[in-house]
Amino acid sequence: MKTLVRPAVSLFLLLSAVTGLAYPLAVTGIARAVFPEQAAGSLILEDGQVVGSELIGQHFSDPKHFWGRPSATAPQPYNAAASSGSNLGPLNPALIEAVEARLEALRAADPGNARAVPVDLVTASASGLDPHISPAAALWQVPRVARARGLAEAQVRSLVEGHAEGRQWWLLGEPRVNVLKLNLALDALGQ
Amino acid sequence: MSLHAWLLLGAFLAVLLLTTKPLGLYIAHLMEGRLRWARPLENGLYRLCGVRPDEEMGWLRYALALLLFNALGVLAVYGLQRLQAVLPLNPQQMAAVAPDSAFNTAVSFVTNTNWQGYAGESTLGYLVQMLGLTVQNFLSAATGIVVVIALVRGLARHSASTLGNAWVDLTRATLYLLLPLSLAMAVFLVGQGVIQNFDAYREVATLEPAQSGPQLLAMGPVASQEAIKMLGTNGGGFFNANSAHPFENPTPLTNFVQMLAIFLIPAALCVTFGRMVGDTRQGWAILAAMTLLFVVGAWAAMSFEQQGNPRLAALGVDQAASVWQAGGNMEGKETRFGIATSALFATITTAASCGAVNAMHDSFTPLGGLVPLANMQLGEVVFGGVGTGLYGMLVFAVLAVFIAGLMIGRTPEYLGKKIETHEMKMSAIAILVTPLLVLLGTALAVSTEAGRAGIANPGTHGFSEILYALTSAGNNNGSAFAGLSANTPFYNLLLAAVMWLGRFGVIVPVLAMAGALAAKKRIAATAGTLPTHTPLFVALLIGTVLLLGLLNYVPTLALGPVVEHLVLWMKA
Repeated sequence: MKTLVRPAVSLFLLLSAVTGLAYPLAVTGIARAVFPEQAAGSLILEDGQVVGSELIGQHFSDPKHFWGRPSATAPQPYNAAASSGSNLGPLNPALIEAVEARLEALRAADPGNARAVPVDLVTASASGLDPHISPAAALWQVPRVARARGLAEAQVRSLVEGHAEGRQWWLLGEPRVNVLKLNLALDALGQ
Repeated sequence: MSLHAWLLLGAFLAVLLLTTKPLGLYIAHLMEGRLRWARPLENGLYRLCGVRPDEEMGWLRYALALLLFNALGVLAVYGLQRLQAVLPLNPQQMAAVAPDSAFNTAVSFVTNTNWQGYAGESTLGYLVQMLGLTVQNFLSAATGIVVVIALVRGLARHSASTLGNAWVDLTRATLYLLLPLSLAMAVFLVGQGVIQNFDAYREVATLEPAQSGPQLLAMGPVASQEAIKMLGTNGGGFFNANSAHPFENPTPLTNFVQMLAIFLIPAALCVTFGRMVGDTRQGWAILAAMTLLFVVGAWAAMSFEQQGNPRLAALGVDQAASVWQAGGNMEGKETRFGIATSALFATITTAASCGAVNAMHDSFTPLGGLVPLANMQLGEVVFGGVGTGLYGMLVFAVLAVFIAGLMIGRTPEYLGKKIETHEMKMSAIAILVTPLLVLLGTALAVSTEAGRAGIANPGTHGFSEILYALTSAGNNNGSAFAGLSANTPFYNLLLAAVMWLGRFGVIVPVLAMAGALAAKKRIAATAGTLPTHTPLFVALLIGTVLLLGLLNYVPTLALGPVVEHLVLWMKA
């Protein structure tokens, strides 16, 4: 047993230094040199101010903006320092109540819209920071946004379609729209 | 299941199988000591540590070395968490972690479980994430690999008293296999948007600052940890949301690579095994059994999640899949992954004992959530963790030849080794220790106030949450029905005990069996020998795995997800 202690302790310390210090520092060095923007969080600059990250969703409640996925983070939605899903089970009454409230809010903001609401617009994302909604969820909101901004629906719709990404190589992931980028483009239209 | 979902599953398996043979042969070369490109570093480490690389160990010494090495890991991770307030690289000034939580996390990462009672971005500083958790991601993976290599040597050698040198095996698995793969994957991940920095959390203005205020973005050295988290089937996220967090898993492509990374080494080790015992067909047979079990699980999970939630359909929510949306049960899922990718990831992460999640399993449909649960309950042998999956499956193979031997009335043998009383005792312990821990632990938790207090979802789903936690801990998976409030002294200590015993309560008997097998003479195959590379044996092996799993767990599944499914789809 005694002959095991020295190799155990020293090997543990040395392999810790290799995998826990040298390795992450090497990755950081390479990342900074090759992909500096990604390594820092893919931040979006507007007029010299960082307005967000293109990978992290933001909370939108103004009818003039497209709204994103409901977020279950606490204490406020889209808390990017405390990612979380709702973890509500499919039978949980709290889930049904939450979905009903979201449906009501969407309908209240757009009373004339009788189409069925796409599911991702009323269900919380896994991270609480989902930057995307489905193109269906964006198209559903076009009439409201167009009216609130006094724009033609066709113009807003074509903006949405221009921002829609398909599956990668027809295979990976799902069709989606980045809500923050879409809203930035909308705001740019208005200026 | 849609055509797209089938294509995704097919593409995943095709790319995986392309990597399996070359990587498997590479590992065989490595573990037989024929790779030299890191020799200067390797030999330097041995000299500093007083390791004589050609000195071999018997099974007991090998087991003691691993136990000691892993116990040091628990001490280190515990100590780092308790002291993090005074250590550097902690820009958010995270406070010391509470003793019960720190102990749970230490055991969790050392045992390759990576169960997380804490939320990463609000609990741990960067130094603990790197020097505590990333290190254990490597070393626990290396531990799993060397155990299966020792078992394979036990099968390959004859009339031998030793299984190899644990220090050399650990060093080689880390330096030649895990490190280079992780380095390449980490750089790729950063290119796709995974962050890698030591900055303080970044405050950004938002588009609606008046309504929502600014947003604080969590930062950190994520990519380096993310890569080994998947390659080592560890699964412990840098952030609370794990691989659902856009900074951990930003694109469908990173997600595909992460899924591949989980199965990469477990699949390759089957080829390594075949090569080292001198009959590659043996390895392919094991891989075939794993793949068949996996495909059934993936099909079920993807189908049930796509069905959606009838209670939401009743509210008029549109859950139909179309070109414009994934549809289905989207609660707890990310838009970029949708249904097929989320359900496939859930199947992979629980078939292998990874436990990373890109969707919240707690919000899955009852039967969609049953798949991850059942995957773990089969004993983490459907690919399983790095090393652990293959040694688990080889134990089942021993059991399968034993059952076949009983049926045809001959002494069972496997790969030219007679399977006798000692081997059967050891495999029985290795197979039964986990179900015992899971079922007794679940019984304890549901029958105590402290256990029931953690439940988040009412009704039968609450039972599933507890069952899932114990199943995940006992089988060293680490995923969760995360609604359960498990960061309490009760769960932290119960789950830590279950994780430790579920890991080393299997490793020690496996090594004991390896030692006994190595000592045996090799016997020639006769007409009465059951061939173990045929479709018949693959079926027998699958049957054995399923039979044990069903016998152990069907009552619990009936009480949890099955009842929930019936209630959900009941006509009101």
